[in-house]
Amino acid sequence: MIRKIVYSIFLATIVLSLVMFFAAFPFGQNKMSVGEYYLNHGVAQTGASNIVTSVVVDYRGFDTLGEVSVLFGAAAGVAILFFVLGENRRKRREQVAPNFIVRVGSRIIFPFILLFGTYIFIHGHLTPGGGFQGGAIIASGFLLLYLAYPGTTVNRSRLSMVEGLAGITFIVLGLYGLLMPESSFLYNFLPKGELNALLSSGILPIIYIAIGFKVAAEFAGIIDDMMCEVICRGGEK
Amino acid sequence: MSYYLGSFLLIAIGLYTVIIKKNLIKIVIGLNFIASGVNLLIVSIGYVKNGTAPIFSKIGINPSAMVDPIPQALTLTAIVIDASELALAVAFVVLLYRHYGTLDIKKIRSLKW
Amino acid sequence: MIYISWILIVLMLVLSILSIQLKNLIAAVVAMGAVSLIISLLFLMLQAPDVAMAEASIGAALTMIIYIIGIRETERSEK
Repeated sequence: MIRKIVYSIFLATIVLSLVMFFAAFPFGQNKMSVGEYYLNHGVAQTGASNIVTSVVVDYRGFDTLGEVSVLFGAAAGVAILFFVLGENRRKRREQVAPNFIVRVGSRIIFPFILLFGTYIFIHGHLTPGGGFQGGAIIASGFLLLYLAYPGTTVNRSRLSMVEGLAGITFIVLGLYGLLMPESSFLYNFLPKGELNALLSSGILPIIYIAIGFKVAAEFAGIIDDMMCEVICRGGEK
Repeated sequence: MSYYLGSFLLIAIGLYTVIIKKNLIKIVIGLNFIASGVNLLIVSIGYVKNGTAPIFSKIGINPSAMVDPIPQALTLTAIVIDASELALAVAFVVLLYRHYGTLDIKKIRSLKW
Repeated sequence: MIYISWILIVLMLVLSILSIQLKNLIAAVVAMGAVSLIISLLFLMLQAPDVAMAEASIGAALTMIIYIIGIRETERSEK
């Protein structure tokens, strides 16, 4: 009883302090001067029509590199936890085979999901979307395959090869900018092109495609680890 | 204004879940609510009244009528990190269940009072 | 039009309270996915289409599946 009272006071304090803090920022009034600068100069400096993409990949590209490595760390953590520490596995449980419509329908729809994800991350600098969203959509396509055919495995060595190549592309493109006369990491050395064309804004689409492949491979790896823990390797050892 | 209030209450609900609940899966769901509430709060800070999305899809859109792009970019990366971190948390929960045979956090060496 | 955001936010809070009070963990996770979908609608109304897409594809789909796999490995209901 006393602990509920203590915690309620704690929660009320937190909410009250948030309300008092955000009373100084009225909703929908003004924006930060940094955002104003990016909106006014972003198109001329990066050539991408989606300003969010130019902030994620160009202005704060180093941030995104760190974020992708955090994602890699989490995926590696899941793999380590399940394959090194998880020893006493349980028996393989009875799998109910999915019905005919699920199997055939997933086989028909799987290439279209891959196509849609690819479209999303290729057009990341023009329309809403980008590497993170497209990668997640491709990973959910793999998830559909797992649900329709229990016991599917993806080739893990090829998956990690895709992941590594995408990461290397990102880092090599960034380091190549250091050789330019301006000499900054992730310097945009390719021509900008015209606004709203597919081949525009220099290295931004290439980096976003690399991020898309990397995110798709990481999430497919996480799903493969968790599903395989239940289904494929249930009876081994 | 409603967005601020909703995100505060969502953060409070998530904190309540993390503090009070005894089930490990429920605690991870509470972490998810805190993350979603913070994302909603950050995006709603950058909103401008009657603004448009920060995409120059046509020539001649006024940049001063657009919403702030920086909170959106920060939130975009935060969502992906949240998902991977939750996968790690669920992996820990599964291993804890294998070791102790229960999801009740009171029985796992009394982690809460 | 102004009231749509209030309606969605009240619905989101009700669903989140439901999600933490349900005893069946699968139902709780499905309610959490509904909260994620409503949050993605709210992002769309806040003029953030990129974030809305990320939340709908990652927060609602992938996270839910990860939870469901975890629940399948452990217990189905909270005692």
